[in-house]
Amino acid sequence: MQLVVREVACRRGARELFRGLGFTVPAGRALVVTGPNGAGKSSLLRLLAGLASPVSGSIRLEGAPEPDAYREQVHYLGHLDAHKLALSASANLGFWRDLLGGVDQGAALKVEDALEAVGLGGLGGLPVAVLSAGQKRRLALARLLVTERPLWILDEPTTALDARAQALFAALARAHVEKGGLLVAATHAPLDLGPSESLDIGAHAARTPPGAAWTEEVAS
Amino acid sequence: MIRAFLALVRRDLALALGAGGGAGLGVVFFLAVVVVTPFAIGPDLNLLARIGPAILWIGALLASLIGLDRLFAADAEDGSLDLMFMSELPVELAAAAKGLAHWLATGLPLVVAAPVLSLLLNLEPAAIGALCLTLLVGTPAVTFLGLVGAAFAAAFRRGGLLVAVLVMPLTIPVLIFGVAATGAAIGGTVPFGAPFRILAGLSLGALVLGPVAAAAALRAARE
Repeated sequence: MQLVVREVACRRGARELFRGLGFTVPAGRALVVTGPNGAGKSSLLRLLAGLASPVSGSIRLEGAPEPDAYREQVHYLGHLDAHKLALSASANLGFWRDLLGGVDQGAALKVEDALEAVGLGGLGGLPVAVLSAGQKRRLALARLLVTERPLWILDEPTTALDARAQALFAALARAHVEKGGLLVAATHAPLDLGPSESLDIGAHAARTPPGAAWTEEVAS
Repeated sequence: MIRAFLALVRRDLALALGAGGGAGLGVVFFLAVVVVTPFAIGPDLNLLARIGPAILWIGALLASLIGLDRLFAADAEDGSLDLMFMSELPVELAAAAKGLAHWLATGLPLVVAAPVLSLLLNLEPAAIGALCLTLLVGTPAVTFLGLVGAAFAAAFRRGGLLVAVLVMPLTIPVLIFGVAATGAAIGGTVPFGAPFRILAGLSLGALVLGPVAAAAALRAARE
């Protein structure tokens, strides 16, 4: 299985973020997306998650068991944690396990085991509202473990995580990649994700200087 | 897919019935409208009995619209909506699951409260029975038509007003046939069955069209 991206262009409003972007992520590799703020890292990841469509170009998962259901092969972890604060941590996680899980979930972890794996063992009964920002992020990472999906798309996965949790996340990511999974992460933190390449999205930026675009947006 | 559908219904019910969920707000609003009406109209029992079904229906209609503006907007704001697109559950069914949970939490209590409140408006037993039946059949139509407005409210962020403006006109036929069926039950020129069947038809139509239209709006807004 491999993720093939060809000649992708992305536009947000009137501004073109990048064009002519192409790369391949084979199974068992990670891709780290870097670039300055506003370069389009999050927009690229939303394209890769299938949550937005590129202006031009194509994004395909070659060799996937169900090529028509692209989004069902993808785990997306965005800036927002997607927790319901009023529900308990295990209720949140159990909900996503049921909603995102397909028919065959043999290898996926149970809710308690996933909480244990991200260091939230014993906190499952607490409402998410009382968890700290870092604990909420750990809970979001646990979502990657309760259902099996080959492609992980992670947008700043280590936000609010302490050094130990960052190392724990890196270990989880390496384990996923070693199992033959694919991983694309945008991050500013130096993380060891196993065999990986990096992509500097700033190099593909459209020719508008960022400052000009900024003033344009403020003016409008 | 059934598991995903039920998980979504369960979660939304738990959120609505839990602390700060706002499920009770609709019933309290319904209660307020109905209790205040006799004081405004005066102690004319015959007049109250005649307009009672209409008052109860108007109260139930407006109470059903409460909370709809947050139905998808809350999920859009905390990122849950994005993840719902990643499920094998089609967006149409996800919208239907949320609509079902919303009706169970806000619409069904209205149906249960209606017989008690009917006593305040001097309704006779036949009218109370007919009213409950029409509310049971008609309030799902209001909720599922409201899904469309709820999806727009999520798309336009501060779209709370949109729900009322978009959904109210669509619910007018439901109101007309709901009140007409109740009126027919306590004497009138048409039998109860005629307007009631149209009401049931409107409800079935809304159950199908509401989630499809809401899903289309959510998809269009995602881009």
